[in-house]
Amino acid sequence: MGQSIWQSMEKKGYSRRDFLQFCAAAATAAGLGQTGVAQVVSAFEKKEKPAVIWMHFQECTCCSESFIRASHPIVVDALLDVMDLNYTETLMAASGFQAEKSLSDTIANNKGKYIVLVEGAVPTKDGGVYCMIGGKTAESILQTVAADAAAVIAWGSCASNGCVQAAKPNPTGATPIHKLVNKPVINVPGCPPIADVMMAVVTHLLVLGKMPALDSQGRPKEFYGRRVHDTCYRRPNYDAGLFVESFDDENARKGYCLYKMGCRGPVTYNACSVVKWNEGTSYPIQSGHGCIGCSEEGFWDNGPFYQHLASFPGFGIESTADSVGTVVGATTLAGVAAHAVVTNIRKHKVIAEVHADDQEEL
Amino acid sequence: MSVTLVEPKKASKVRTVYARPAEYRRVYVWELPVRVYHWINAVTLVLLCVTGYLIGAPIRAFYAAEAYQQYWFGWVRFIHFVAAFIYVFNFLARLYWGFVGNKYAKWNAFFPLKKTQRQEIIDVIKADVLETKLHGPISTGHNALAGLIYFFTFLAFVAQTVTGFALYSSMSTSRLPRLFNWIVPLMGGEFGVRFWHHTFLWFFVTFVIVHVYLAFYHDYIEGRGTISSIVGGWKFEREKSDK
Repeated sequence: MGQSIWQSMEKKGYSRRDFLQFCAAAATAAGLGQTGVAQVVSAFEKKEKPAVIWMHFQECTCCSESFIRASHPIVVDALLDVMDLNYTETLMAASGFQAEKSLSDTIANNKGKYIVLVEGAVPTKDGGVYCMIGGKTAESILQTVAADAAAVIAWGSCASNGCVQAAKPNPTGATPIHKLVNKPVINVPGCPPIADVMMAVVTHLLVLGKMPALDSQGRPKEFYGRRVHDTCYRRPNYDAGLFVESFDDENARKGYCLYKMGCRGPVTYNACSVVKWNEGTSYPIQSGHGCIGCSEEGFWDNGPFYQHLASFPGFGIESTADSVGTVVGATTLAGVAAHAVVTNIRKHKVIAEVHADDQEEL
Repeated sequence: MSVTLVEPKKASKVRTVYARPAEYRRVYVWELPVRVYHWINAVTLVLLCVTGYLIGAPIRAFYAAEAYQQYWFGWVRFIHFVAAFIYVFNFLARLYWGFVGNKYAKWNAFFPLKKTQRQEIIDVIKADVLETKLHGPISTGHNALAGLIYFFTFLAFVAQTVTGFALYSSMSTSRLPRLFNWIVPLMGGEFGVRFWHHTFLWFFVTFVIVHVYLAFYHDYIEGRGTISSIVGGWKFEREKSDK
């Protein structure tokens, strides 16, 4: 404890050059650019390295899997090295009472200074029995850990908005972190979130020591400020009205817009089409599949994924607003037609009176 | 020539029931701002429904080889947005006219606050909807039921405006749409907003069918220029002395 990042790196055998490279990469990831490198170097030389607790609740660990595949390995290695990652169920060597001790020690020794990263939602139904670690419910663990945290980051859609376990009917009462914790939470949604985005959010916290700018849903604006659709390389096809009609047609081969195949790009906020995945190799739309909107709240309940419109609630999975609306419209047309016929029969006297008014002059 | 049996019978019937031609009084019902509002509203509404439907379910048309060669879907969206702005300001102008216009345009024509209005709703349902009664109320302006339904329509206007601007706010830097971006998290993301915005389209389609039919219906059974009143503003009331 009490070491700066530079001291810790030096001890582990990193050279000064490695350290400076790391600082440059960190500055870039945090959005500071070249002029900010000096600031980062000075911060990492003097600042105590922060203790980090990485919690796993109702989730599949795809966020961790994503994180360790960031495209700047030096940054991730260094981050995992420089952070005092004192507790994380997936990666730590300790187990049982040792692990629990490490957790309580970290909280006790770093009150108000440590960072909590949460992966997974927290079940709240039936006293929280659906997710328990060491005999304690996920919710009680979260409350203990978050109480003295400097910052809380919700990794992925589970922690940000509940994801699949919160999909209807949400049998375990899976609840996102920001609804349980009385602290500002950075939501980094996605199933999983993009590795480089995760890395950049952590770096931002470490380098600048403060939360990045967040939007109304608590997501960092720099990564969730723009729509997948607006940054998509297929967008010109949308404006031109060139659409893929089925996955095996000529238009799909030409790389036209996947809007009609149910692509959620127009309603999804993420950096997929800018940062891309797997070291900038590709992203779903580039691979020919529409966006399923995995970083948007309730995306599991807005299916089917290959349909542009969600199924209309209460009318079965195949019926869209358009099919329901067509029936309503046709019924209305039939209704007014029937009314017109009935009017001519029922009201023929009234109509005759109106017509008779001027017949005197004939 | 021989006289048929039918002709004198028919003529005598008309003469005996109605002694003299009906006299009508001209009433200026729809003032110019109301008529202008109606037609701007009608045109933009149809444009919004057609372009809105196309945006939701683009047809397969005008297939160029490369995207740069055409922009038809962009134009459809452009028309939708421009029509929406006109529609909203037109609607605001109509709200204003609800406070300064004549009694047929006044805001209280749209709420059944008075007992006579509530009675009229029942009478209209009996006479014009179910047709269990032959003669119903013949109102000069909106009848009370129509007024109430227009109020619900205004609510649909508001819902469509709010959800529309909320969807538009993400691609706009102008102030008006951005006033509504708080709607998006409230409705659980843009997917939900778009879903309801799309669903409301069908309310308008249904409204237009019923509205046009009823205008024809009243014109037909009352014979006093219901259809032409929204062009010239005049309706015709039968003089009381006649009946």
